[in-house]
Amino acid sequence: MAAGLSIILGLLGVVNFTHGTLFIWGGYVSIWVFGLSGNFFIALLAAIAAGILMGLIFERLFVRPVYGNVTAQILITLGLMTIFTDMVRLLWGPNPIPANRPDFIDGTWIWGSVIISQYRIFLIVIGVLVAIGINFLINRTRVGMIMRAGTQSPDMVQAMGINIKVYFSGVFAGGAALAALGGALYVPLVGSVWSGMGINNQILAFIVVILGGMGSFYGSAVGSIIIGLTVAMVSWFYPPLTVYSTVILLILVLSLKPEGLFGTAVRR
Amino acid sequence: MKPLLELKNISTFIGPFHILQGVSLEVYPGEAVVILGRNGAGKTTTLRSIVGLQPAASGQITLDGVNLLGLPPYQAVRTGIGYVPEDYGIFDFLSVEENLLIAMWIEDKDTLARRDSVLDLFPALKDSYKRPASTLSGGQRQMLSIARALVNENKIILIDEPSKGLAPIIVEKVRDALLKFKNKSTIILVEQNFDMACSVGDRFYIINEGRTELNGPIQELYDDQELQRKYLGVVNA
Repeated sequence: MAAGLSIILGLLGVVNFTHGTLFIWGGYVSIWVFGLSGNFFIALLAAIAAGILMGLIFERLFVRPVYGNVTAQILITLGLMTIFTDMVRLLWGPNPIPANRPDFIDGTWIWGSVIISQYRIFLIVIGVLVAIGINFLINRTRVGMIMRAGTQSPDMVQAMGINIKVYFSGVFAGGAALAALGGALYVPLVGSVWSGMGINNQILAFIVVILGGMGSFYGSAVGSIIIGLTVAMVSWFYPPLTVYSTVILLILVLSLKPEGLFGTAVRR
Repeated sequence: MKPLLELKNISTFIGPFHILQGVSLEVYPGEAVVILGRNGAGKTTTLRSIVGLQPAASGQITLDGVNLLGLPPYQAVRTGIGYVPEDYGIFDFLSVEENLLIAMWIEDKDTLARRDSVLDLFPALKDSYKRPASTLSGGQRQMLSIARALVNENKIILIDEPSKGLAPIIVEKVRDALLKFKNKSTIILVEQNFDMACSVGDRFYIINEGRTELNGPIQELYDDQELQRKYLGVVNA
């Protein structure tokens, strides 16, 4: 989820509050398709497809007119978040829906006193693959080259004979697809899907991206590990502080390094 | 002979400001036309209107018979325009190599050969080929910007103030480069440096307050000090 947010925030400069909504849509669509097909990977693909479709619609109709206008972006995406979160309740009902992990990764490995969930290992593998894939796309392909150039000067990219709007749509849709994939992978982890799960994770994803540095995928990866470890440690030693620990950490980092740990903030 | 590029009475607004109020010019194949005028006259806006970055509200812009008015920039330049903006337009996040690659519409044998010959024209770029463009000097940035405009088989190259902000010795290098490829291309050059304009240009247009007021062979302007003083503020010692 943070990878998708990092793309949209870092490359397009769009503050996207629909990210949490895309996350829950990914969760619901995957549960629904998993129920119909019984195939976990088809369910993941369906979630990705839903994310791409919604991302394209959001970008083309609502976000494109407000590139560069952060206030309008926040207001519009907050509105979309409200509408599409309620739409989930309308389609699938207000109550949580239980979700099972696929059989082939439902077990655990036990080494002495250490218990390792196979699904968590699966998530780590997927996370690493996503990070490698994005890094390859951004730094080793022509598409990535155009995206990097577009963050600096969309006009000049157009003057090179390239329709930058198509690439911006693609970036937004790609970020949306990652959010939906995140939701689809998250649901089996926690065992159910509910309409409120998007906003909590979205705030956490914003913290990860800002802490790691906007536009830096390496930063997002490191940020997510730091946040994960912080939450785990604080909840072990002093649980009441868990909720605040991520925000306190963010404040500390930003006060020392306003661009985030590995930030390559784009000057516009 | 029919003009390669023709602007007829174009009118361009920037926000509420009516910047171009009737610019007309003709550029014939193979010639180098210099657009001159005082600061704020509308020279840069004229080039930006041709490529569609500052779309003209009315008038007519045709390149080799193709109407450019209303085309988005990426379509306008694909009709055969290389554009070198005033601020170079270099992508700092990309390497020199990537800056050239992004400019190539296709990566075929001819385009790659053209890239190699462009690099021969600007050896400094060859030496910095893998370096980030952000590390280039002002002169190197200008050379890279011009090189990008030359990698495609363009019909015309638009160059906006290539000498601006550069040291005199670098300006000479840029001028030498322009003279080298001048005979192979059609060029529109916007330039404040009168000596540079006269050494590169064949004909001139003077834009004053958003209108083309005068045109003719560059030698005529070079010989007429009164004209230089009136329109360009050039005072000869």
